[in-house]
Amino acid sequence: MRALRWTLGAIVLIAVIVLIIHRPPAMPFFPDMPFAGFVTRALYILVLAALLVLFRIRKGPTAADRVMAIDILGVLIVGICAVVSIATQRSWYIDIAIAWALQSFIGALAFAKYLEGRSFDD
Amino acid sequence: MKSRIVLFIVSLIVWSALSWAVDWQHLVIGVLVSVLVAAAAGDLFVRRPHLLRHPARYFYFLFAYLPLLLWEIVRANLDVAMRVLNPALPIRPGIVKIRSKLRSETGLTFLANSITLTPGTMTVDVDAESGTLYIHWIAVRSTDPEEATKAIAGRFEPLLLKIFEEDVVE
Amino acid sequence: MIDTVGLVFVGFGLFFDLAGCLGLVRLPDVYNRLQASTKCVTLGTCSILFGTFLITGINGAGIKALLCIVFVALTSPVAAHAIARASHRGGVKLWKGTVVDRYAEDQEGEA
Repeated sequence: MRALRWTLGAIVLIAVIVLIIHRPPAMPFFPDMPFAGFVTRALYILVLAALLVLFRIRKGPTAADRVMAIDILGVLIVGICAVVSIATQRSWYIDIAIAWALQSFIGALAFAKYLEGRSFDD
Repeated sequence: MKSRIVLFIVSLIVWSALSWAVDWQHLVIGVLVSVLVAAAAGDLFVRRPHLLRHPARYFYFLFAYLPLLLWEIVRANLDVAMRVLNPALPIRPGIVKIRSKLRSETGLTFLANSITLTPGTMTVDVDAESGTLYIHWIAVRSTDPEEATKAIAGRFEPLLLKIFEEDVVE
Repeated sequence: MIDTVGLVFVGFGLFFDLAGCLGLVRLPDVYNRLQASTKCVTLGTCSILFGTFLITGINGAGIKALLCIVFVALTSPVAAHAIARASHRGGVKLWKGTVVDRYAEDQEGEA
């Protein structure tokens, strides 16, 4: 059963990745910029990873799973901002990335306190 | 007072790196903000400023600890990626207990973070008074505290003892 | 030349990000998922940011990318540790194949 599921998942995942690398669904987001093709494919792969995280947020049996997945999503968004800043040559995307990283860290800590069932004052 | 000066210098460096434009307006605002931060935080972050005066500690941190950490991180990621991509999912998880000789909070924090980033292990809880760490291990090899300590913390502990503890100064 | 090296770093980062998110889906309980996803996604994002630094070069954006590496590498293990401890204390069960749980044993000894 597990082997069957692994095979199916591997086939689907490899097919999607080959499709993304070989022929992205909508070609370049940033047609005039350098590295446009590479950045478009990288963005599609990051969105695929984010979809996997969203699956865990939707399904996650416990609240801890969801909090963890949201934290990981924040780190992925930092990566997306960095890739977009490569394509557009704008430095303020990195500012967004830094702010998002710190913000998601603080949010994860607050949620962890909440899950632990303690008050906020220790 | 010393810890505030250290904090002021650190925050000024971070500010200059973030703004990255050398003119007097940025610098004046940066100095004001750094003074504010240093006055507000006080000795919250830098508890033992006299440790910052030994160059040997910087040397060990930069040239022994950081390369080791980087190498272990890369190994950890290849290990986890292989485990995840393997059809049989070869995991044998468990929470084990290890004892550390480190006592300072900074040292224990660095040890815990290093353990989280190295192959197959993750810190669940730290007890600072007795130096006990509870480690979630994805492929348990031994449940005995001494052997687990040697397997998990054996590489980092001597270096961190040299960097963060007061007694081991040459 | 240096652009190519940067793109190679970004590619490594993409691979590890994808592997970490796959681990998030495949592994059985919260603690194992935290292990895989924290390690892989942290290294993946740091690698992408380092590639950004190599491509943009030493200017405002590049230095900010380096600072962002430091922030991510410092905060992500701490967040993983906080979530793991909170979920253990909040009573999330470990996977049924778990070998040993010293933490629960010690806590029962205290109580």
